[in-house]
This record gives sequence, C-alpha cells and structure tokens, in this order.
Amino acid sequence: MTGSHVGAHVEALWEAAVAGDEYAATDVVLAALDRGVPAETVLLDVIGAVQRRVGAEWAANRIDVAQEHTATAINERAVAAVAQRTRVRPTAARIAVACVDGEWHSLPARLLSEVLRLRGFHVDYLGAQVPTAHLIGHLHRTAPDAVALSGSIVTRLPTAHATITACGATGVPVIAGGAAFGVDGRYATRLGAQAWAPDARSAADLLAAGPLPRRSVDAQPSDDLPHLVDQEYTMVSRTTPTLVKAVYTGLERRIPAMVAYADQQRLHTAEDIEHIVTFLATALYLDDADVLHDFLAWTGAVLDARGVPAAVLDPALELLLDELRDFTRAARMLTDARARLADTATAAPPAASA
Amino acid sequence: MLSVDHAGVVTTTNRLARGLLPAAEVGGLLDAVAPQWLVDAHAAVPRRAVTDADRSGAAHTVAGPVPSETGPRWVEAYARPDADGAVTWWLVDVTDLRTTREALRTEQARAAFLAEVSSRLLGSLNVQRCMEITAELATAHLCDAALVIAPARRGRHATVVSVRGRGTTLGDLTGDPAEVAGLAEALQGFPPVPSRWLDPAAAPEWLVPPGVGRIGSVVVTPLPGHGVPAGALVLLRTAGADGEGVFAEDEEMFSRLFAVRAGNAMSAARLYDQQASITETLMRELLPPVVQQLDGVEFAARYRPSQDEERIGGDFYDVHPGIDGDGSLVVLGDVCGKGLDAAVLTGKIRSGLRALLPFAGDHLRVLQLLNSALLDADDTRFATLVLATVRRDAAGACLRLTCGGHPAPLVVRADGTVEEVDSAGTLVGALPEVVATTADVRLGAGETCLLYTDGITEARGGPFGDEQFGEERLRRALSQCAGMPAEAVVERVQMLASEWIGRGVHDDMAVFAVTVPRGQHLTAVGGHGRGRYTA
Repeated sequence: MTGSHVGAHVEALWEAAVAGDEYAATDVVLAALDRGVPAETVLLDVIGAVQRRVGAEWAANRIDVAQEHTATAINERAVAAVAQRTRVRPTAARIAVACVDGEWHSLPARLLSEVLRLRGFHVDYLGAQVPTAHLIGHLHRTAPDAVALSGSIVTRLPTAHATITACGATGVPVIAGGAAFGVDGRYATRLGAQAWAPDARSAADLLAAGPLPRRSVDAQPSDDLPHLVDQEYTMVSRTTPTLVKAVYTGLERRIPAMVAYADQQRLHTAEDIEHIVTFLATALYLDDADVLHDFLAWTGAVLDARGVPAAVLDPALELLLDELRDFTRAARMLTDARARLADTATAAPPAASA
Repeated sequence: MLSVDHAGVVTTTNRLARGLLPAAEVGGLLDAVAPQWLVDAHAAVPRRAVTDADRSGAAHTVAGPVPSETGPRWVEAYARPDADGAVTWWLVDVTDLRTTREALRTEQARAAFLAEVSSRLLGSLNVQRCMEITAELATAHLCDAALVIAPARRGRHATVVSVRGRGTTLGDLTGDPAEVAGLAEALQGFPPVPSRWLDPAAAPEWLVPPGVGRIGSVVVTPLPGHGVPAGALVLLRTAGADGEGVFAEDEEMFSRLFAVRAGNAMSAARLYDQQASITETLMRELLPPVVQQLDGVEFAARYRPSQDEERIGGDFYDVHPGIDGDGSLVVLGDVCGKGLDAAVLTGKIRSGLRALLPFAGDHLRVLQLLNSALLDADDTRFATLVLATVRRDAAGACLRLTCGGHPAPLVVRADGTVEEVDSAGTLVGALPEVVATTADVRLGAGETCLLYTDGITEARGGPFGDEQFGEERLRRALSQCAGMPAEAVVERVQMLASEWIGRGVHDDMAVFAVTVPRGQHLTAVGGHGRGRYTA
C-alpha cells in the first residue's frame, strides 16, 4: 500500500478538521478516492487516524474542547462524503450497529457501519444515544443477524451489559468493540458478548466469516458477574452524590484554599471526585481494579498536561476509603490504588510523563 | 432361581424361574431353554475362587428380554458362581420398573423440549424469527422436515422450510394450499380444524423439500394463537423400514402441544409487528425532523424526550425553507406536559404553523392566530415558542426572533461573548391576547444563535446531585462554542446537560443552533454546489 500517500492525506485532513473547514475535508477524502486509495483505507487509515489524533491532542492539551468537537463534526462529514461516493448493493447478513447508550463518541460506530456497508452487509446504523428500549424494538422489528455494539467509555459498561443481555434475550448475538471493552476485549466476554473485535477491519472479517453463535435465552445478567451479589456496586453507584459531597467536605477541611474556590473551580473539583467514584463503581461492577488504576494514571497524565499537580488524587482516595470502610471489595481497591499511586509518584516525577 | 453346573446342565429351578423360562427343567441344557443373552452371560462368568463381590451378586449382572405370551418381559439376571464351576442365577422381572423409567425419561425429555420451545420462542417478537425457531425445533425433535407457513399476505404465504441437518430457508409457498387436504383451512384459522393425516403418496411435490427422500407420513397442524390465525405447521417423516416414520398417538398429541406454543409466539409477534408499524406510521409526523444546512446557513438540532424509551414528547422544532428569498422560518417550542399527550399537541401546533406560513413574515400575527386556534380547541394546554426568520446575506445572516413565553435564545459571538436575544412575549394558548416583541440579530461567520427549551437549563443533577444546570452554565458552555459548526454546538450542549443529569429524571430537552459557518464558502442559493469564498 502507498503508506506515504496515506500519510499525506491524513495530514491534509487533520489540517482541514481542526480548521473546521468542511469543504477542504471533503475534498481531501474525495481526492484520495480519486487517486485509487481504497474506500476502506480512506475510512479507517485516513479519517480514523485523524480521529485518533484528535483524542491524543486533546488529552495532551494541544487542542481545546471547541477544536475537538469541531474536528469530530468535520470528520463525520468526511465519512458521509465517502459513503455517498461509494454505494454497494447489500448481499450479506443484516447487522445493526449501535453505540452504548450514553456514549458520545459515535464516529467509531459510524466508520464500522460504512466498512460493513462497503463489504456488502445490510447495515442499520442506529447511532449514538440509543436507549436500549429503541435498540430492542429495532431488533424485534428487523431480526438482524448480529448487533455490533460500540463503546469507548469504560464507565458505560454496566449499561453496555444491560444492552448485551437484552439483545441476548431476543436471541440476537452481539459483537462488541471499542476502547471501553479493554485492549484485549476482556470485558466483552465478561459481559456476555458473543464476540469482540479490536478494530473495524477485524469486526468485518469476523462477521463475514459466518454467523455468530447465539446465546442461551435463559442466561441471566447475574450469570456473568457473580460478585455483584455483594451489592457493593449498587450501593456505591446509588449513593454517588452523597459520597461526592462527603469527600468534597473532607477536602475543604484539609485544603483551606478550597473554601475560597470560585463556583467554576468548585464544580471542577466536584466533577473530578465524581469521576473517581464512578470509575470505582465500574471497577466494582467488573470486579477489576485495573479500571480504577487506568483511570487514575490517565487523570494524572491529563492533569499534568494542564499543569495541575496530581497530588490532589491521594487525599480524595483516602477520604473515599473512609466512607467505604465497610465495603470489602471497594476498600481493597482503594487501598491498592493509593499504594500504586504512591509507587508511580516515586518512580517517575510528574513532569516527565507529559 | 436357576442353578447350572459346569457342563451347562440345569440342576435346580424354582417356580418363579419356571414362570419366566417355562422350558427350564432340571436336567435340560441351558442353551436350549434360555435366551441367547443369558447363555452368553453364563459362558462369560469367570470360573475361579468365589470372592466377596461374587457373593453379593454384584459382579455379574446382565439384563435382556424374555418372550412371553403377553409380550416380551424384561429380566435382570444376577450370577453367583460356585466353587465347582456351577453358577446360580437369580432372575428378576423388571418389566414394569423399566416401562415406568422409560415413560419418565420420555416425559422428562418432552418437558425439557417444551421448556426450550417456550424460552426460545418467547425471546423473539419477530415473526420471521419465530417461524425459523419453530421449524428448527420441529426438525430437531419431531420430524425430518418441517414447513412453517404463514397466513396469506398480499396473496403470498411466507414459508420457512427446515430439513434436519441442513438449516432453514425462507421463501414463499410455491403451490396452492388448497391442493393439500386441511392446509387451506388450517391457514384460515377459522373454524378450528384438527391435525390432518395425509396419505404421503397424495402429498403434492411442492410440499416435500428437495432432497428429503421418500415420505412415510405427513401431518398438517394448524397453529392456533391469540384468536388470530398464526399459520400452519407441516411435519414430514421419511419412510423407514417396518412402520418407522409414522407418528405414534402420544407423539401426535405432543406435536399439538408444540404447535400451540409456536402458534402463540407467532401470533404475538404478528400482533406486535402490526402495532409497531401502526405506531411508526403515526409517529412519523410527530418525530423531530432532520435538519441541515440551508442557503449557506447551518441548522442543527438535538432532542431528548423525558422518557428515554419514547422518541417523542412535548418539545418540538421545525425548519420551513423560505419562498422567494423570504428567509427560512425556524420554530422551537414546548407544550406543557410530557409524553404522548404532549406530543400529539405538538403535532397540532406544527401543522397549524405550517398552515400559517404565508404570514411567516409577521411573527406577532402568527402567534396571535395560533393563540386563537389553541384557545378554541378542547385542550386546555398551552405552549411556549420562539420563531426565527433566518436570511442569508453576503456578510453572514440576519435573524428576526420573537419569543412567546419562551426562554430568550442566546447568541455566541466569534470572540466567545454570549448575549441574550432581547425578545419577550406571553404564552400561546393561555390568554385571549398575545403580546410579544421582536428582535433583530446579525450573525457573522463563526457565530451561532441557540434556541433551547427549559429542559436544558432546569436539568437537575451535577456532581452533588441536586443542582440546576442553569442559564449561567449554559452561557459558560456556549462561550467555548465560538466558531464551532452547528452540529458540534448542539452536541456539546446536549452532552453537557445529559452528563449533568446523569441517571436522574429530566424534562424534555431540545436545542437548535443556527450557525453561520466560519471562513466558509457561500453556497449558491438553493443549491449544494461549491460557491463563492467569503472570508
């Protein structure tokens, strides 16, 4: 493949996307198609590559929220332009593509839809923000051969689990994909999905290889995650606002400067605490402490990129631990997280990680 | 009890043994009086020193049939070798026990099958899927090939054919159901007809799936369900040697139990399908429209009803393209109430506004006319709305905005400044008179005017769980949206409000952005081609 050409297209599309120039973006992808770059390559290795760069640049604080949203919107149009140029008659199986409810990153699902369409599948792209009830109604009405479920936010996995279970109850198998399901797809199988794919190409290959097995309709969600009987997830997720308040009040006592925080600063701190609680709840749901660790490591890096010391994390974890002493798994995860945070802090000074 | 010496001669018998083997007399050869399985077992008993296991009789146990006048009996035989090479056999008639066990096993298998039938069929509300499951289950448990035939729709009978080991195929019935006795009646569902046995030779060729072989028996069973005809089930068994391939009486009854379950599932799926398509048709008019770029101005909208499982609610918006350079009319509104009732009222208001389009240039008049129409209606509910006439010009866009009891739209300038549009007015459909003021707003490149409903600002949640999102946060969010495409603006606002709410309850939420693209080509009026570059 013409690797350097693809690289040039990526660069050009990136420029157009952050500049918010829809026409230039459309020109880039259509020109690539005209030069004989396969449509699948344009979708995944040009538009997909730019979108990955958008995420990385935002995390590194090199572009702002407005640029991130703008670039994503422009990329969506670029996908639409490719789709309009390449029509394929559906001859293969029917696949419903949806995002996990509450998911805002719809582009990966959109890219998968277009790749599947190019490969001859009959695709129903349901998009982001699909309440499970709508998805299930769609499955009953159309009886597709599989649901492709895309998720990039780990904290949406409990919702994803509900969706996968509901699909299974209608007898339709689920192939899961996206960053939320883990780099090796471990959460996909844990949550009862019949298949997992690391990227759009492998998902298309897998679906083209033959029908996915169907799950037993009698399977219950609790069969997948027996540890949920301890109710720790339910308690933590249900009392999130109370926990956030308690930790926030505790922090105010410890860090006197916080009392003088402006409304906006207060909100940011509270949101950071809320994220910790939400990731802890997700870790409890999956019984996987790495969910919390990965989040804390990522937060450390993001805070670092914005010049905020990650030192506020530990007191927050400690206060949360005080609130959750009676919860065996939660307490163990928090204790463990504090120890690992302390290790990273001594191993690498924060300034070096950006 | 029966003793046999080392030479195979019967040395002792008792009454019970003679009852089972009437020919067994003392002095006779075992070979001549016993069934072959017992003769073989006798020969196989090892001749050696007697062990404890031998004494308990557990070491050599065999079983087999023994003919009798009332049919074969099932006999278990326990061997006990003696020291001199003789063997003593205890014979136990276990025919009744065995029959009971077999019946139990059959019943257990059937109960398990019916449970599988129920759980698989109950899982789907899709007609075609239910037909496929029925055909699959029938060939897995009851017959060699099965046809599940749906009632006629536009003169065709959708049919799923399943052949054991070869999966299912969907198609239309190729022959005339009237050619098969009982099939046409079964498909009509009324009057109820019993299963019909067909002479396999009389079955028309189209009824037998290719590659199935010679048919031994055919049964046509109606699929009853919920008082509506669900179709018919045709079960075929291939002809085997000596009577195989014929349904026994209890098997036929069992097929009927299966048919009842399958029929119920299929009719439920069909009723669901009918209802779903009616709902879809009726709802199409009430769903928020897809909006996009028009005359070089970007429009984008997002809607989230208060009930996530519903797709409609009390908020609405529309874009009406202008005629002869009049400018497009954008409407966004909120009727009091939630759910379907509110949605029906939004439908009335939207069609009312469509009828008032000739007066679109005079916002106050439109509001007044709509007000009288709503006051005249039986409905006591009212609405708030905002009208915006959008005209593209060389420098950007010119908006005329009028609010009827609705939150004032916000304008995001290119530098991130957020301004409130200076327009206010009364509710529509509540008072006899409507008063409202109209404001003119200019939008330059990269600037957006955001219309929204109070579901956004009144959203409760946040990290502490009980705060309102509020206009201040909306303004702050918008100040970051300068220069963004309309799509990105509405997505950003909707995302922030949704994340604010988390899992809490919320009202209907609608946002609508009118944006002049930044550094953008001016699209030729009415066309989608490349236009003149303006910035």
